[in-house]
Amino acid sequence: MKARVHVTLKTGVLDPQGKAIEHALSQLGYQDVNEVRTGKVIELQVTESDPEKARAEVDRMCRELLANTVIENYDIELSA
Amino acid sequence: MQAAVIVFPGSNCDRDVAVALEQSMGKPPIMVWHKENALPKADLIVLPGGFSYGDYLRCGAIAAHANIMPAVRDAAERGTAVLGICNGFQVLIEAGLLPGALLRNRSLKYLCKDVTLKVETAESVFTAGYRAGQTITVPIAHGDGNYFLDPDGVQQMEDEGRVAFRYCDADGAVTDAANPNGSVANIAGIFNEKRNVLGMMPHPERLSDPALGGNDGRAMFDGLVGALS
Repeated sequence: MKARVHVTLKTGVLDPQGKAIEHALSQLGYQDVNEVRTGKVIELQVTESDPEKARAEVDRMCRELLANTVIENYDIELSA
Repeated sequence: MQAAVIVFPGSNCDRDVAVALEQSMGKPPIMVWHKENALPKADLIVLPGGFSYGDYLRCGAIAAHANIMPAVRDAAERGTAVLGICNGFQVLIEAGLLPGALLRNRSLKYLCKDVTLKVETAESVFTAGYRAGQTITVPIAHGDGNYFLDPDGVQQMEDEGRVAFRYCDADGAVTDAANPNGSVANIAGIFNEKRNVLGMMPHPERLSDPALGGNDGRAMFDGLVGALS
């Protein structure tokens, strides 16, 4: 199965990159933009074909390595 | 006393800290490649600064799972002194040996300059060479040194006296203007519960010889030798 993991900063954690992007957008004339937050996407493939087992495995990967749960949330999207 | 310095791919302060340790110990430390599974007998383990694994994923995240890290964790749990400097601090946090997280500097800039630090306590093997309240000059060199911990966690660290160093101005005042990277409560270095693990962003090894423009870092290594010999 293919998995796409979205890692985002938790609410309340400062995101200076998001702030810099917001500032750049406002300089381009987009005055109605706020709350810009950055994150990352990690795509991976696992040989496990059972969606439930694959999700559990990727969830473990997220907690062990892919996300730092002190400051980040993660979200897993699975596809065949 | 014997010390071991762990070397990761991308470590770049391993030699600097080895020179500083040799100066204080009278013999060189043992350099340990990250692929090893076991540590030599050592009273002090140092995780040096640098950019292990190119800071991929998150600073220190990959190194925290290196072959040698279970041995470092066991040694820390047995009470061996473990010092993480800069990237070493990031590795200790990612390995769960210290709480919190290190975020991108609030200015978004990589900072490389001398800063003044207030020594919060002399009651540890790492700070035994200083006086509580003393102001020292030590360089920082990092892009991700903005220490983050939730308010309850910060309160707990304060109550347990686990803040080792805070960024301050030249007069020792802990102010927002003296905070280079946005760290919560101006925290520059923290201990674990038993105070045998210290993580800090500033680099004491880089000002441990008058020829380098300052000597305030040397007291940390002399203090460690005094406490661990």
